[in-house]
Amino acid sequence: MLTRPDTGALTILFEGTPVPARQGESVAAALLAAGILAFRTTAVSGAPRGPFCMMGACFDCLAVVDGVGGVQTCLVPVREGMRVERQRGARDVAAEAVA
Amino acid sequence: MMAERFDVAVIGGGMVGSAIAVGCARRGARAVLLDEGDVALRAARGNFGLVWSQGKGDGMPAYAAWTRESLRHWDAFADAMSAAAGSDIGYRRSGGLVFALGEEEWAQRQEDVRRLHNQIGGPSTPVRLLDRRALEDLLPGTPLGPRVLGASLAPEDGHVNPLLLLRGMHAAFRAAGGAHRPGAAVDAVRPGFTVHRGEETIAADRVVIAAGLGTPRLAAMLGMRVDVHPVRGQNMVTERLPPLLPLPASAIRQTAEGVVQIGVSYEENLWETATTVAELARMAARAVQVLPPLARARVVRAWGALRPMTPDRYPIYAQSRVHRGAYVAVCHSGVTLAAAHAGPLAEAILAGQLPDLVAALGPERFHADAA
Repeated sequence: MLTRPDTGALTILFEGTPVPARQGESVAAALLAAGILAFRTTAVSGAPRGPFCMMGACFDCLAVVDGVGGVQTCLVPVREGMRVERQRGARDVAAEAVA
Repeated sequence: MMAERFDVAVIGGGMVGSAIAVGCARRGARAVLLDEGDVALRAARGNFGLVWSQGKGDGMPAYAAWTRESLRHWDAFADAMSAAAGSDIGYRRSGGLVFALGEEEWAQRQEDVRRLHNQIGGPSTPVRLLDRRALEDLLPGTPLGPRVLGASLAPEDGHVNPLLLLRGMHAAFRAAGGAHRPGAAVDAVRPGFTVHRGEETIAADRVVIAAGLGTPRLAAMLGMRVDVHPVRGQNMVTERLPPLLPLPASAIRQTAEGVVQIGVSYEENLWETATTVAELARMAARAVQVLPPLARARVVRAWGALRPMTPDRYPIYAQSRVHRGAYVAVCHSGVTLAAAHAGPLAEAILAGQLPDLVAALGPERFHADAA
């Protein structure tokens, strides 16, 4: 697991649990630094997945960010108070549209 | 050096050539499939994956009948290809829909269905009209947009994963002892027959030219005139979504894995496969009118491909009158017709005569004076 001398001044919530984050880093980076490796489960088999490429190509770091599913967390910078949940299976756009 | 000799040489390893080749090999013929490979202008890559009879053959009863014949063989064909590939090629015969948006399209849809119904020979398979309420009964839980007033339904239609189908046909061809030779385009074909690729020469008793847009050049070498031009089609796919649409529809379908595929454009005489924002936006806007939650879905990939199109859009099948044993097969319905190509067409080619069902689909229909 990574150790970081400066855990950062920001806090995001992962599945409701506070996770420290540094200004300017991606959501994926903050979660990995906190030891969280699996961000989603696949739509077909339900297998766990976590960030692989960290550059927007692999789509394995998907999560639900502030209620919006299917977000590539390696491409989104952290913001104070951001709510992140695991993406479980396929993103339910119909439910989001109602919300 | 002696040329390798085969019973059948098929030129073109896309949907059409692969289906004919697998049909010949599975009937015991010594067959070679000369496949340019994935650098080719493969229409097979741009296919939408519909196994589709609805609307086919309006104005050409022979095409409706040939499509019906293919659908008759599709279940057994799909099972054989899945078995050879060692994995499910994703064929689902669930029925297929054409949605109507707004009053004008709904009126047109009803008229089109009735006209085809009244044509000699009728539609290729039965088609029913469903108004909004019947459609909601058929698709409980599908979030249809308010402008969807109805649809036509062909219960015998379905869809397949076109990439897995192509891979399955190649696997089945090899499993049946066929020689799959990808990696180079054919330079020339000569009477006799010999096929030439770089330093390589292949001899065969029969040659089948199924080279899509490359067909006219090769057919001309055997004195056959076949007109084909490119029509670009664009496609896009979304991220995987939970089940929204249980039946495939014209220009919108959801795969077993959850991806929504959205088509399709019709752009004549372009020799490039690029995508354009204007066409993709038009396609996406229509898909969102059918299923409004798609407005939030992310498009993860878009691509274009060139379909080989004949002057009247119907397939062309021919055997040379001068060089018996030389055949041409070209069409843009390579998926739907794959089961007919691997079945009755391959059987007929081995027997030395095209099937009666395609007698009206020869190239002489475009230039009767040259017959």
